[in-house]
Parts: sequence; C-alpha cells; structure tokens
Amino acid sequence: MTDSIREIRLGLAAGEFSSVEITQDYLNKINLHNPTLNCFITITDELALEQAKAADESIARGEIKTLTGVPIAHKDIYCTDGIKTSCASKMLDNFIAPYDATVIEHFKRDGAVILGKTNMDEFAMGSSNENSYYGSVANPWDLGRVPGGSSGGSASAVAAGLAPAATGTDTGGSIRQPAALCGITGIKPTYGRVSRYGMIAFGSSLDQGGPLAHSAEDCALLLQTMAGFDPRDSTSIDQSVPDYSVDLAQDIEGIKIGLPREYFAEGLDADIANVIASAVDEFRRLGAEIVDITLPNTKLSIPVYYVVAPAECSSNLSRFDGVRFGYRCDNPTDLEDLYKRSRGEGFGDEVIRRIMIGTYALSAGYYDAYYLKAQQLRRLIKEDYEKAFERVDMILCPTTPEVAFKQGEKTDDPVSMYLQDIYTISLNLAGLPGMSIPAGFSQGLPVGLQLIGNYFEESRLLNVAHRFQQATDWHLQSPEMK
Amino acid sequence: MTDWESVIGLEVHAQLATSSKIFSGASTAYGSEPNTQACTVDLGFPGVLPVLNAEVVKMAIKFGVAIGAKICSHSVFERKNYFYPDLPKGYQISQFELPIVGTGSLEITAEEGAKKTIGITRAHLEEDAGKSLHDEFVDQTGIDLNRAGTPLLEIVSEPDMRSAKEAVAYARKIHSLVRYLEICDGNMQEGSFRCDANVSVRPVGQKELGTRTELKNINSFRFLERAINHEIQRQIDLIEGGGKVVLETRLYDSSKDETRSMRSKEEANDYRYFPDPDLLPVAVDEADIEAIRASLPELPDEKRRRYLDTLKLSEYNAELLSSNRDTAVYFEQALSRAPELKDQIVNWILGDLSAALNRNEVEIQDSPVTPQMLADLLQRIADNTISGKIAKEVFEAMWRGEGSTDRIIEARGLKQITDSSEIEGLIDDVIAANPTQVEQFRAGKEKVLGFFVGQIMKQSKGKANPGQVNSMLRDKLK
Repeated sequence: MTDSIREIRLGLAAGEFSSVEITQDYLNKINLHNPTLNCFITITDELALEQAKAADESIARGEIKTLTGVPIAHKDIYCTDGIKTSCASKMLDNFIAPYDATVIEHFKRDGAVILGKTNMDEFAMGSSNENSYYGSVANPWDLGRVPGGSSGGSASAVAAGLAPAATGTDTGGSIRQPAALCGITGIKPTYGRVSRYGMIAFGSSLDQGGPLAHSAEDCALLLQTMAGFDPRDSTSIDQSVPDYSVDLAQDIEGIKIGLPREYFAEGLDADIANVIASAVDEFRRLGAEIVDITLPNTKLSIPVYYVVAPAECSSNLSRFDGVRFGYRCDNPTDLEDLYKRSRGEGFGDEVIRRIMIGTYALSAGYYDAYYLKAQQLRRLIKEDYEKAFERVDMILCPTTPEVAFKQGEKTDDPVSMYLQDIYTISLNLAGLPGMSIPAGFSQGLPVGLQLIGNYFEESRLLNVAHRFQQATDWHLQSPEMK
Repeated sequence: MTDWESVIGLEVHAQLATSSKIFSGASTAYGSEPNTQACTVDLGFPGVLPVLNAEVVKMAIKFGVAIGAKICSHSVFERKNYFYPDLPKGYQISQFELPIVGTGSLEITAEEGAKKTIGITRAHLEEDAGKSLHDEFVDQTGIDLNRAGTPLLEIVSEPDMRSAKEAVAYARKIHSLVRYLEICDGNMQEGSFRCDANVSVRPVGQKELGTRTELKNINSFRFLERAINHEIQRQIDLIEGGGKVVLETRLYDSSKDETRSMRSKEEANDYRYFPDPDLLPVAVDEADIEAIRASLPELPDEKRRRYLDTLKLSEYNAELLSSNRDTAVYFEQALSRAPELKDQIVNWILGDLSAALNRNEVEIQDSPVTPQMLADLLQRIADNTISGKIAKEVFEAMWRGEGSTDRIIEARGLKQITDSSEIEGLIDDVIAANPTQVEQFRAGKEKVLGFFVGQIMKQSKGKANPGQVNSMLRDKLK
C-alpha cells in the first residue's frame, strides 16, 4: 500500500485494490494508532465504507472522477452534513452540522471518501494542538512532542499514515506550521481561492483552507478539488482555476528566489538555518537565482495579527451564545447568566483570552489605537511583499523558528507560543499563498521550508516544490509507527 | 414664563420590498409560522456567510436619488456587536461610517401651507433582528427569527422639525416617497415602516439643543403626533418643575397615551463597530446611478407641480391626489379614459369614492369601482343618461359588484327621462294633485317650487331630468 494519492488513483483505476480495501486499511491504522496520537475527533467508519463501496461501483462502471475512492480526513472545522462538527470545542461537542461546507461538497463531487474529522486547536486558535477539548495530539516523530497547530490532527494523521491526505485551514500558519513539524507538505492558497463557506470562522479576513499531504504533486490534486469561486462566499474570487498538475514538472531554471534577510536573523535555530541553507543550495543546482531581499515591516506581523485576528474572532464567536445550538449551561437563572455561563463553560482558556483581547481592541476609545492602527500596518506589510515580488518570483524561508517542541513546554507562555508563527503569519495578513515542504531533519525531527508566491501563483509554488521533491527524498521519510 | 421651542429629528426604518432577505435567500413574506422563514444564514449557524442582495443596493440608490442626496461610490457594511437572543450572530450587519446614501433633503408642507426643507443626514442599509415573544410562553421567552435578516433602509433626518405636526408631515412625505419608489410597502401595522423620534426642548432663542430623548414603538402617524406632543409637554413640565431631561430611550404606550423610560443611554452598549470582513465594500459608479435615475417614476413633488401647472388643479386637490401613489394612479387612469371630465373625476375621487373607501376600509388600489368604471359613470352623467343623484345609486351598485354602469342603468331602469311629453304628464299630475300649493306659488311663494320639483322627481323615481323639470314647471305654473 502507498500513501501517495497519485498512486492510489492509479491502483484504483487499474484494479490493483479496491476503495473498500484501501479505506478499510486506513480505518485499521486509525483504530490502531489513534488512541496514541489522538488525531481524530470523529471516525466515520461506516460512512467511509459506504462511500468506498459506491466508489468501487463507479469505478467498475468506468466513471472515475479526480478523487473517486480516495480516502481523505477533514479538519473538524469544516461543516459536514449529518456529522458532528465540533471545532474541537466543548461549545460544539453536541453540534451536528445541517449542511456541507463548500470544500466538503467539492470532495463529494470529485468522489473522495471521508475517513473522519481531525483534531485541532479549539476554533483553530493555537500552534500546538494543545488547546483542544478532546485533548492534545501527539507528533508521530516523537510522541512527547506537539504536532503543531491548529491543523495538528490533520498533520499528525497524514505523517503517521492514518490518511493519505487531509484538509486544514490556515489563519496564521495553521497548515504550514504543523506540516513543517510533522514532515509533510501543505499549502495555504491565496485568500479568496478556496471558499470559506461552511468553514467555521476564526479570523474571517485571514482564514483560508488548503490541503496537507505527502507531496506537492498530491497537494496539486487536492487543491484542484478545493479551489474555485463560490457565490456563497463574498470574499471568494471569481477567477478560473488553472490545472495545478499540468506544469508541475516544468524546469525552474532561471527562477529568482528571494531570501528575506529578516527571516534568517535572531531567533532562528542554528540547525534549521543549516537545513535551509542546504535546501537553498539544492535550488541553486536546479537553476534558481538566489537574491537577497528585505521585508522590513514583517517584524510587525505578530502584534498586528494579535489585534486583527482576535478582533474578528471576538465578533465571529458571538453566535455561540447557548440560545440556538451548541453548549448551554445547566439551569440558567436569567438571560445574562445563560450567556455568561454557557460561554464561560463552553469555551477553553485560549479562546476566552483571544475574545477578551479582541473585545478590548474594538472598544470605544481603543479602536483607533489598536484595530485601525493594525489595519494601517497590515497595508505596509502587504506593500513589503509587493515590492519584493517586483524583484523576485518567489520567496524562501524557514516555516518555523524551531522544530516540534515538547508537549506542555509553551502552554504557560502564550507569547512564546505566538512566536512560533513568526514566519508564517505575515502571508495571511497579506493574503499571499505559501507552502511548507520537508527540507531535512534536526535532532531527528522534521524541518519545514516555506515558499511564498505572488497572488494566485499556486501553480508556480507547486511546480517549484515538486522540482525540489523530485531532487530530494525528505518528503518520503516517515516516522516509524509501532 | 418661558416660551419653549421643540426640536425634533426622525429615524425612519423602511423595510425594503425585496422578496428575499438582505444577506440570504430566505423569503421576507410577513405572517408565516415562527421560524419557518429563517435559513442557516439567518440563524447564524457556524460557518455560514452573508451574501448581499443586489436589489437592496438599487433600492437605496433610488431613494438617495429621489432626495437629491450624494450616493457614496464606496460604502461599507460594519458589524454592530451586542448580545440579544433575537440577534442570532451576536452582531447586526449595518452601515456606520460610510453609509450608501449621504446628505439630502425633502420639502414638506408645514403648518399654514408654508413650505419647509428638512435635511436628511444619511440613509443606510442594515438587517433587521428577529422578534422576542414574551407573552406566548409562561416564564419563558420565545424567539421568532423570520424577521431576522429582513432588509431595512434607515433614514436619519436632521433635527429640523419644530413641532409634532411638522414631524408627521415629514414622516408622511417619506412614506409617500418610498411607496412611489416601490421600495417599501409602507405598512405600519406590520412594522414595514417604523418611526423613532428624537425630541428635545429649549427656550425660544437659545442656540444649543436641549437634552433629547428617543421615542420608540410608534406604529401610526396619529401616535407619532401624540407621542411627540406628550413628550414635549413632559420635558417642559420637568424642566419648569426644576428637573432635568436625561438622555434615554422611551417607549410610547398608545393604550395609556404616555411614554415611559426603556433604558438610559449611559447604560447603552459599546457596539464595537468594525467593517464586516465577510462582505466587500459596496462599489457604485456614476453609470449605475444614472441608470437608476432614468428609471425613476414621476415623484410626488413633480406630480403635484404637473397637476397644478398643466391640469390646473387647485393647490389643495393637487396635494391630495399626488401624495399617495395609488390615488394618483387611480386619478390618472380615470383621466385617461375621460380627459374632458377632469373636474368631475377629481370631485368624485375626493368625495364619494374616498368616503366609500373609508367606510369600507378598502385601499384605493383595491377599490371594486375601478378608475374605468368611475369614468364611465361620469360620462353617463355628462351625456344626460342619468342625473348626479342617480349616479350615486349606480356607484353604490357598482361597489357591490352588480356590474358596469350601463348594465346597472339598464337592469334597474334608471335611464333619465328626457322626453318632454312624459315629463309634462308628470307635471300635470302633480299640479292637479296639489291645488293648495299651486295657489301659494301663484300668490308669490317661490319656495313652493322646490316642493313641486321634489314631488315630480319622486314620481319619476329620480329619473326625470331635473333641468327640464324646472323650466317646464315654471311655464306650467304661470
């Protein structure tokens, strides 16, 4: 068996194995390893086998769509019709979504099988998957370490071979950082490329869905399914989706890759710096021209992000009030008590912290100093990138300043936790697409390399990543699962 | 003794007459079973997103153009954050800093017929909240979210009105305008047209405004006038008694004809407005505005002017006929069928027709006597087929649905008697039967003529031509 979607498709089409067989195989692995890894909140085994059976019948009739019979896991932030959609929160522990997110519809349209819903940081707030009502997730490379977050369940499941691919969402690095920490490939597309409809909102102007898989090639296939204009999302962009697979193998001779000097400065682990330097050499061998660039305002990304994202989430999470769905406290004495206790008991600490920060930043008298100022700085960060892309085709840097850290190491220090996203967060503020690909190891733990593209240049990103993966085998390394 | 001046500004919420909601595809129809017209978007379910109904933008622009306002090329939806059970998302999507309609104005006819211009500060788009039902369940509150997401245009005036009558004139003018523009059905009972009044008083001559209160829950023009007058008096009494007006929201209770405090503004929420990241700014260009301007119907002021200048109607009649769009439509349809009977049409619409509509509580557009039927009826008076008196009988019959003018005249044998010999016969009979009165007339008692006319009309069942009866009777009695 294989964890490559490309190979699964070929095998299914050639009749080497059936969808039921491969689905059952993944379900077996999930049942075996999930108790240790805790990367699934819900396992939809019956539904998966039903869908796999239907897929096999389609294949027998010769009706094969891009993902017919391919099993996939979905981050528990995507609403799935008739299936619990918890966002890893006590608040939604009892919530069965009455509809499918657009992304889920697309996977159904293209014939994919759903294995289950993956664990995550509650409401996608976190960088370690330790903020989950369902408990933390283990990194399959070292069970004592975090898988990253917020799409930690998805990254852990893919790295451990419990699913060939999974969906994630990325508000400040939530696809790229866990992909890096788990040694897999993940892409966050341009803001507006993938519909946010049915993706439970954290920071609406930052959130973007994308896939996590073992290779750029697989990510291209998955993004093909996920992307596209959606009239139900006003921020979705009405632009045709190119064929992401067609240019994957193109030569990258002459491509200009910029290294932002600010991303190789203080705070970066020396081992990681070495791994990235080797990767840069590899790109040189592939014909890339390496250019020194500067992104002077990106140092503002963390403070800007921690005003914008909490401000938006403080409002986005107001709908969880115990009135219409989700958690409601026992025996409320009056309306105020209902609100206070339902929300106080239903949300975890990090969610409450961010709601408080955001509420403060939007309050009368503080709005100009925080929210408005952050929006102005956000424009400067975007302009930095625009200037850089006048000189280079792509930007390269580490995905994270450190490899996977130990569980519990940063839970009492939110700022140190927030700094994990220092290289990823500015892309969300600018709306740019970015990828993380495995580039080597440090102390036996995977190191991720981030590629940043210009707006809507996902094809180029995937092409450059694929060329690197053809020349290296870091993405083929997998942890030993006992 | 201080002389007081009242200062009034109005906030009108006009529900836009779209078939679906402002940010979802759910129906806006009134009066359905609770929570049957609320989709996942209206219910604020996790993951759903708003999509702007393009129709509401057109409607807002229509209104803006009609009041000569600046239409903002770039307007922004913001979130007004507060918790309430009938507000599903925990925020209302509204416009705050950049509304779609900027400053404009409206001319009203104030007291004693004087014209006065009222400034309009802005008009913005927003979604309505649902309803809390406090009386349906014991010890519990029900929530009906059918109304949640209904599109509203909030029209905010300057504090330019100086009396309750002016405020009502302004509110009526807005009401007439939105109905002319067909952007709001204007139904106040169902809440599609709501007025909140900001009221303050100050000594005549003082420049600074007094502390205002906001009056809510007013669902008719009559109550608007009463609520404002009541509040003006309450404030004056309060100040003269040594008290102070506090900034607060007051509810008008029509059953007790009083206002009472709902909440003070000091306790008000900090709404934490910020641009809604789920919605793009609304971009409107000159071409959109011009296309809408070109599509506008004739508006009440233009119509009134045309009635005055071209149709030569009196100021009073022109105002009455133009202020309600449906009345104007009725008038113009009748007029197109019988242009030569303009004065008669005006008199009948404002007289018998209006009376019948009021008596039966029917709106003019639903009148069983259509403009065409009315014009036909008036034509039969003009061509002497029936008298004005008989016409009233025919009108009543048409109202009851007995058919066209001609059918009723035919069926009831109401055709006027114009044959001289037949009328002569009737006169002779009456003279012969009333010798005493004949003597009186001949002795110079002119009044008795009326008695004879009455008797003859009675004998003819009203069908004798009254003009003919009069002149022939005089000849006979000589």
